Amino acid sequence: MTPFTKLTAIAAPFDEANVDTNQLCPTRFNKVPRGPGHARILFHDRRFALDGTPKDHILNREPFSRAQIIVADRNWGCGSSRESAVYALYEFGIRCVIAPSFGDIHANNCAKNGLLPVVLSATECAVIRKQLNAHPGATLTVDLSAQTVTDVDGVVHRFEIHPVRRKCLLEGLDDIARTRQYAERIEGFEEAYRNERPWLYSNP
Amino acid sequence: MTASTMFEKIWRRHVIAEEEGEVLLHVDRALIHEGSSHAFEKLDSQQRTVARPKQVFAFNDHYVPTTGRDKGVDGIAIPEIRNMVLKLAANTAKHGVTLFGIDDPRQGILHIVPPEQGITQPGLVICGADSHTSTHGAFGCLAFGIGASEMMHVMATQTIWQRASKTMRVTVNGTLGFGVTPKDLILAIIAKIGAGGGTGHVIEYAGPVIRAMSMEGRMTVCNMSIEAGARAGMVAPDATTFQYMEGRPYAPKGAAWNEALAFWKTVPSDTEARFDREVTLEGADIAPMVTWGTSPEHAAPITGMAPDPERELDSTKRAELAAALEYQRLKPGMALSEISIDRVFIGSCTNSRIEDLRAAAEVARRGRARVPAWIVPGSRAVQRQAEQEGLDRIFRDAGFEWRDPGCSLCTAINGDQLKPGERCASTSNRNFRGRQGTNSHTHLVSPPMAAAAALTGRLTDVRKLLK
Repeated sequence: MTPFTKLTAIAAPFDEANVDTNQLCPTRFNKVPRGPGHARILFHDRRFALDGTPKDHILNREPFSRAQIIVADRNWGCGSSRESAVYALYEFGIRCVIAPSFGDIHANNCAKNGLLPVVLSATECAVIRKQLNAHPGATLTVDLSAQTVTDVDGVVHRFEIHPVRRKCLLEGLDDIARTRQYAERIEGFEEAYRNERPWLYSNP
Repeated sequence: MTASTMFEKIWRRHVIAEEEGEVLLHVDRALIHEGSSHAFEKLDSQQRTVARPKQVFAFNDHYVPTTGRDKGVDGIAIPEIRNMVLKLAANTAKHGVTLFGIDDPRQGILHIVPPEQGITQPGLVICGADSHTSTHGAFGCLAFGIGASEMMHVMATQTIWQRASKTMRVTVNGTLGFGVTPKDLILAIIAKIGAGGGTGHVIEYAGPVIRAMSMEGRMTVCNMSIEAGARAGMVAPDATTFQYMEGRPYAPKGAAWNEALAFWKTVPSDTEARFDREVTLEGADIAPMVTWGTSPEHAAPITGMAPDPERELDSTKRAELAAALEYQRLKPGMALSEISIDRVFIGSCTNSRIEDLRAAAEVARRGRARVPAWIVPGSRAVQRQAEQEGLDRIFRDAGFEWRDPGCSLCTAINGDQLKPGERCASTSNRNFRGRQGTNSHTHLVSPPMAAAAALTGRLTDVRKLLK
């Protein structure tokens, strides 16, 4: 996994609550193996007409087509567990999404792929989106180590993140590497557990 | 010892290790489907194997066709779709994972088959490659959906790293009214707490309405917990649960049954257990529900009206309502019972169990479908039972189409989909933009409400037809 440390980049404002993962990656693209083609899949049915011509969508417009940060409204990434939604964001170039709240599964999927989900208050997100709407192409700085977002006016917003998620993102660690250290404990656990609930293993 | 919730009890017994508040949990069962191809690709690219193949179960459901199934996989005309079904067979064979395949007499949706087979049991941790894995919580287990990276980890280690959720109890008092179903209840709950209202929480559903509910109904309620943003939904196991489970293929037998039963009875929350949040509803206040917009929280009683954004004081909310109405091509303030529909879908992991089909048939036999209306049973077992009960005849006689089991028009990737502009009364779980096909429109309803919409060609208060 590519680490996330500090990023200064163009941010795109999304003034819409409950953006679900069906929007990020329409279901018919779920069968596409991960690759650069996912860049076009992001928000596909919002960005492209049925005949494939681009629609008027923020991510189709300069300078937002170069955005690496999205500032969203509440419950970003709700719905389906599809990780292809993260592949679409990542391949488009998005490395960080800032929102008042996230769909749980999507936030996990982001973090497992080196895309930083940042939670700021609804008020802070609204203020930053307003700045970005007023100054298209303005950049934000997201510093994971310091746990801060510096907005267009230079105001610093501190965010909370679980220490393990922070460490994994900063160092690009994947879970398997962490889990491997516990191999013996896993075996010990399973042995005791199987003795306690033997009925779980008698497949017909 | 302090009183514990059901969630806390299950959680504690599955902890293997802890790092700064994140724990490594043992996973009893993992559920996968064709879409888990991404997880297998990751597994293969890292040259890993499935650690506990007997604890992983695979299902052909998302990509299987719902007609022409006598030809098996060869009957799938579109190569990319056929390939998804073939890939799951190849991956599960390679890794020794049990597959409920396209030709299996037990085939069905991954949230319908495990309960039927007794794979879903109280006290377990179940991870599924699908957000509606919350369904299984109806048996008093902790069941939640995960993405491909986490599923790869589960398959490689039979464990998952998790942080404890907060707990929420939703208590439903009294009884549900005439014509009101578990689907209406969960839509009412989501309308009340919001599509993000359960974020960070595991919801336990409790109270007289839940206790009186069948397992099928409890599964419908738990299924849509994710539509309220919750990590999982749960119902305490009781006599209804144990009666449902007894004799199922994977359920314990004989002495093992008694041993298991003694354990299952310890699973429910202690009387004195404290929840981080409590929500209460009165069953009698709930009417048959429909969604008008593009989020499951956009739900209202069928007797109500689409919202008028002009009357919304909050500007963000006003813009959201206006955008949803515009996408759905509805007039602000119009009566919901005036919405005409083009199609009806009765199926999905939310509402394709035998009780759902019985309730829909009870309405269907009173008239004739005016629009194309599909019945897609959740599994071969449901389909067989319905046919034994003659429900297929009732549906066919009323002009409904009786199809084969799968996810079908809920997730709309097996070839079943709405045409652009079509509007569907659907018993599925998501009314997101384009969910049932590009530029399509979805109204979520219960099975009897869907059947009523089929008979009238518009969203209809089913209570008027049942009188």
